[in-house]
Amino acid sequence: MIRIVDRRFDSKNKSSVNRGRFIRRFKNQIKKAVADTIDRSGIRDLAEGKRIGIPGRDIAEPQFSTGQGGVREQVLPGNDRFNTGETFDRPSGQNGGRGSKASPDGEGLDDFVFTLTRDEFLEIFFEELALPNLLKRHLASITEFKRVRAGYSQSGVPTNINLIRTMRGAAGRRIAVGAPQQSRMLELEAELARLLLACGEGDPEVKRVRQEITRLRARISAVPFIDSFDLRYNNHVRIAQPTTQAVMFCLMDISGSMDEQKKNIAKRFFTLLYLFLNRSYEHIDVVFIRHHTVAEEVDEENFFHSRETGGTVVSSALKLMRKVIDQRYASGLWNIYGAQASDGDNWLEDSALCYELLHAQILGLTQFFAYIEIAEDTPQNLWEEYERVQSANPGVFAMRRIKTVTDIYPVFHELFKKRV
Amino acid sequence: MPRKKILPLPGGSEWSFESIEAYDEAIGRIVRNYGLECYPHQLEIISTEQMMDAYASIGMPVYYHHWSFGKQFLATESRYKRGQMGLAYEIVINSDPCIAYLMEENTLPMQALVIAHAAYGHNSFFKGNHLFRQWTSANAIIDYLVFARNFIAECEERHGQEAVERLLDACHALMNLGVDRYKRAPKLSLVREQARQREREDYLQAQVNELWRTLPPQPGKDGGSDEKRFPKEPEENVLYFIEKNAPLLEPWQREVIRIVRKIAQYFHPQRQTQVMNEGWATFWHYTLLNTLYDEGRVSDGFMFEFLQSHTNVVYQPPYNSKWYSSINPYALGFNMWRDLRRICEAPAAEDREWFPEIAGSDWRATFNFAMQNFKDESFVAQYLSPRLMREFRFFTVVDDDASPKLRVGPIHDDQGYQVLRQRLSDQYNLGSREPNIQVWNMDTRGDRALTLRYFSYQRRPLHGDFTDVLDHVAYLWGFPVKLEEQTPAGEVNRLGERRP
Repeated sequence: MIRIVDRRFDSKNKSSVNRGRFIRRFKNQIKKAVADTIDRSGIRDLAEGKRIGIPGRDIAEPQFSTGQGGVREQVLPGNDRFNTGETFDRPSGQNGGRGSKASPDGEGLDDFVFTLTRDEFLEIFFEELALPNLLKRHLASITEFKRVRAGYSQSGVPTNINLIRTMRGAAGRRIAVGAPQQSRMLELEAELARLLLACGEGDPEVKRVRQEITRLRARISAVPFIDSFDLRYNNHVRIAQPTTQAVMFCLMDISGSMDEQKKNIAKRFFTLLYLFLNRSYEHIDVVFIRHHTVAEEVDEENFFHSRETGGTVVSSALKLMRKVIDQRYASGLWNIYGAQASDGDNWLEDSALCYELLHAQILGLTQFFAYIEIAEDTPQNLWEEYERVQSANPGVFAMRRIKTVTDIYPVFHELFKKRV
Repeated sequence: MPRKKILPLPGGSEWSFESIEAYDEAIGRIVRNYGLECYPHQLEIISTEQMMDAYASIGMPVYYHHWSFGKQFLATESRYKRGQMGLAYEIVINSDPCIAYLMEENTLPMQALVIAHAAYGHNSFFKGNHLFRQWTSANAIIDYLVFARNFIAECEERHGQEAVERLLDACHALMNLGVDRYKRAPKLSLVREQARQREREDYLQAQVNELWRTLPPQPGKDGGSDEKRFPKEPEENVLYFIEKNAPLLEPWQREVIRIVRKIAQYFHPQRQTQVMNEGWATFWHYTLLNTLYDEGRVSDGFMFEFLQSHTNVVYQPPYNSKWYSSINPYALGFNMWRDLRRICEAPAAEDREWFPEIAGSDWRATFNFAMQNFKDESFVAQYLSPRLMREFRFFTVVDDDASPKLRVGPIHDDQGYQVLRQRLSDQYNLGSREPNIQVWNMDTRGDRALTLRYFSYQRRPLHGDFTDVLDHVAYLWGFPVKLEEQTPAGEVNRLGERRP
């Protein structure tokens, strides 16, 4: 008879070992490709798996083969015009399509292209990085509890009675307690039948047996169908649930001096932070706050693609951030991160206020606050005030200056470097 | 004879275990009526992902770990997800019992097609063809692969993953030069393999030591002259030579080389019989399913679906089509077997002239003889008929880099048939497709250098990345490795040298 084996459910991911080896072996090339990909993508779609390409020649497995040249005779199908002895020019298009032309999505045709899973992708990208203070805050913020089933108990409230367990116990008890009587009953019934046959009705022996049977019946029926002793209740325990949710505040200056290019740099930075947090937290809220002289909360689209004119009051954004925290994220269940991008312009009198707000009102609530200044010229007073914030709050506040897009990754790396 | 009432087989496109079983039984009955001999087989239902896994490890259910299989997997997955390729709907393993994979996404008619194609077609070819009988042992291959995987895993534990990976890289580079083309390979067996492996280690090492010790280095002398060459005759199996003679390899390294060599040898017949084997399986699925239809057991809908994929498989685009890449082995093979049956059953005058010994013979007997005793090269040389050459409109093009133009060689006409057929047969000769590189000498007295010699043919040069391969050879050999080219005229040129 034919054997049909259903293998669909066993040994999935048989190739994962080989896949892992491949990725480890070409780590450097893959890292570079990953960094390139980040540069080209938007903020949230990076959280999916990504197609990346690495140079084909790096991963070639060489074997001896013959190259172009010499004499070759080839048999081809579909002759539509040729006769023996004819000659014709070499077709010029041969191998024409093989150059290292780039395809529209930026992959060279010679590249070896494959898809990394989201985890592999982020793992490579954020290798050697760690969230500052993550562990400490994490443990400190165990405030949520969850009820989980934990077997059965003999006491509880009526709503939690477990019927099956209770009835099973009761049935067992009834059998166990009634067993001696039951077997005695069988014996008596057999005896009664024997006596009836031998002596007939009216014999004193028959009477005696009948009486005993009646007595036994009473005893058997006296075994309670259900006893308080049988009751079983579903048991629940409360276990601590570490919080794995975070909220990320993106603060950006959209005043006239922030041009598209600077905003683009800021966007990259926010993207990186988002992805990075994504690795540590199950759920992330993102709050976008933009500001010029007044701050407002907007969605992602408006955040990156609008531009206002006029001056800058940074403190307005910080005030709004504090307000949003108080309104929505005050429960202590949230790990709060802040990222601020600006070109360093601020209304002169406002900078001192920013120091006050950050130092006294915000940093106490956040896990980490990162400030990047996208500017080429010398730092202004906002930078100086923030330097005071940094020295007063080491480990919670970090700031860097970025000049061009290519600075982002190093700066990000530096900000989140694992500190041993 | 009382005719059993024939019931239609399950229809529709959804498969179930019962319906697959019903089809397998119905097809099996027809197979027996045709007198086809097969190994017992086992059908395994697998998912898409598992099919890609199987792809990555050349179809084998067990294989050792190596990054290159991961690369293969990623490439397959990427192309599949992009829709650039459909997965082949069948993989079949030359083992006893023969294992055929059925993908869960296939429709019922496709499952029937795969059963007929793989579980009966390929299976009977594996059992009958002389190359497979001689060079592979169907009953031991899975055991051997288990042994290989365990051995290599053990080596990784003892000597580090990196060292093993480096060694495998080098072996893979020489895999095609790790087969015996003429000598008979001994049969494989797991128990014997394990028992002997330790024995072999000791023995091998002793042999190598012996070889190098009895020939102490004599720095003043040049050991390059022809009489003192070792090996005396050039050795075609480079991996074998290295396994037995490389001075510095540790016993476990020799064993790993041996594993790669054995597996290469196992796959060698498949590379030699592609046209025949695929053609044979395609011929049989076509014949078997048509017989089912003639018996009234399957519906028109079933046949439409089957024929649609069948015609896709056997389509041969002409040379000037943008779909053309090479001669489709399914198309050539299928048509040759069909043609062979025609020559047996309804020969024309031309066929009687070309194939006097088979024209009008019993086609099943002729088929068995051809299937058992040929490989692609000889099969084409023997059985390609003028009629088929005309149908395919075959022609030859001579590309001589010394002349500015291409020249058309023999075509499908009376003067051309003989030579054309010979050319096509040459095209399937692995010896002329792959460069002929053999071990020429090892310098036992001097710097222990190994010399490989490329016997060039038709002035064809080696591909430029041969130095990368030489690096791998040098790694295995442990001393300098030289590569020379010898032209048919006997001229010898130095191509390159690499040091470990």
